[in-house]
Amino acid sequence: MTDLVNVAFNAEGFMTDPTQWTKEIAEILAKQEGIEVLTTEHWKIIDYCRTTGLASGKAPTLRQITVGTGITTKDLFAFFPKGPAKKVAKIAGLGKPEGCV
Amino acid sequence: MKTFLVLGAGTAGTMIARKMASKLDSRQWKVVLVDKDEKHYYQPGFLFLPYGLYTEQDVIQPKRKYIPEKVEFIISTIEMVEPDQSRVKLANGQTISYDQLVIATGVDIHPEQTEGLLDGGGWRKNIFDFYTYEGAAALGKHLKNWDGGRFVVNVVENPIKCPVAPLELLFLADWWFTKRGMRNKVELVFATPLPGAFTKPIAANALGAMLQRKNIHVEADYNIGTVDTGRNVISSWDEREIPYDLLITIPTNMGAEFVKRSGMGDELNFVPVDKFTLQSPKWENIWAMGDANNIPTSKAGAVIHFQMETVVNNILQHIQGKPVSHKFDGHASCYIESGFNKGVLIDFDYNQEPLPGKYPLPIVGPFTLLGETMINHWGKLAFKTLYWNMMLQGIAVPLPNKFSMVGKQQLSAGVTSD
Repeated sequence: MTDLVNVAFNAEGFMTDPTQWTKEIAEILAKQEGIEVLTTEHWKIIDYCRTTGLASGKAPTLRQITVGTGITTKDLFAFFPKGPAKKVAKIAGLGKPEGCV
Repeated sequence: MKTFLVLGAGTAGTMIARKMASKLDSRQWKVVLVDKDEKHYYQPGFLFLPYGLYTEQDVIQPKRKYIPEKVEFIISTIEMVEPDQSRVKLANGQTISYDQLVIATGVDIHPEQTEGLLDGGGWRKNIFDFYTYEGAAALGKHLKNWDGGRFVVNVVENPIKCPVAPLELLFLADWWFTKRGMRNKVELVFATPLPGAFTKPIAANALGAMLQRKNIHVEADYNIGTVDTGRNVISSWDEREIPYDLLITIPTNMGAEFVKRSGMGDELNFVPVDKFTLQSPKWENIWAMGDANNIPTSKAGAVIHFQMETVVNNILQHIQGKPVSHKFDGHASCYIESGFNKGVLIDFDYNQEPLPGKYPLPIVGPFTLLGETMINHWGKLAFKTLYWNMMLQGIAVPLPNKFSMVGKQQLSAGVTSD
């Protein structure tokens, strides 16, 4: 049984140490975001964000996700309603996607 | 003979070509500058065109006027760069081999990226952009006879050139409609993908308070999906509808097409470079300046001014076979026109968000950071003269390149300046 007791979060609920992340944590965070079940499609997006986010040190933007996964913006909003870039970043244990300057 | 090649003769390209022509030995180097057209645009002036404050003469000058004679200027579109061969193919059939290459081809708007924006039948009828001369001029013509309604400004996605310009357009709209005695017939709306008025918290709070004071409604976290030109409504991906009578769009900004064709860009055709040195991590004889690169700072002329010295010094070191050691700090400065002959100034870098205070000197300023003053407004207007007569002519503008905390008040996030 996983719980979030030992996981570090910032004030906005983003994990501050991406190495603490596990798939079980992702499932709990997804439920908190109103996503009951993570499907294969969800995982495809989460895995993409983990890979690129850890490589660059930044959570990917909406456009990076659509270009990188081939999933349309419309579908992305269906899988992660409201703000997909922010939501995936949260569930994937990455920081908040940086707004541009 | 070696070739120093610059692609794009806008602000960054014109300035670096001039600088390098004066630094490099003309017996060993020739400087070549390529652009697709003859007109140089003073882009910050586009903001004033819709309200009749500037005319064509204020914002357009011939490019050649600002290009020194020892720079070879070629007019052509760019077919592609072959970075592994260090050569560039132009659409006019020419191939140029280079020793050093600077990409400074800026960004363009891409309304075709949003369904219904360009192809829905409303483009330049009741949908306008103001990031092109043609768009800003057409909007000005339309506004003259516009009798009021919902005036909606929408940023499609970030990053955009000059992220404060949409706010300025709204602040000026508030002033302009007030002056014409029709402010009560106009609803001003700002729909932005950001969570608020600006990216950084202290400036977002200060600018957010100004929007509120001026009765400008903000629709935050708004990612536009489609434009329905039949109903005059925009819809977001999360299904929020905003009706408009006049839609002013800041479409997706992307780097030049040839960057994509050359396989050198990111998902928005921006050229990745080291954010401190401006050198390509992949090809060490390639540099990207101004709006064309992917560094995390504002895409704005002031940023180009602040980064120029760093890049020139780094390129010279690189040519001499030395390691590049100069570092750009991400310094950006923006005058924000706020209407009623007032303006706000923000000054920041990679690490420090905009703070209230005085600039460039403590107490005396003369400019006020994050506060509305008339002197800031004059600074904004004076910048046009500075741009045409100093920046582009290679005359040093008396503002320090490096970001400084002098004159700035230390605040923690969540505190507004007023």
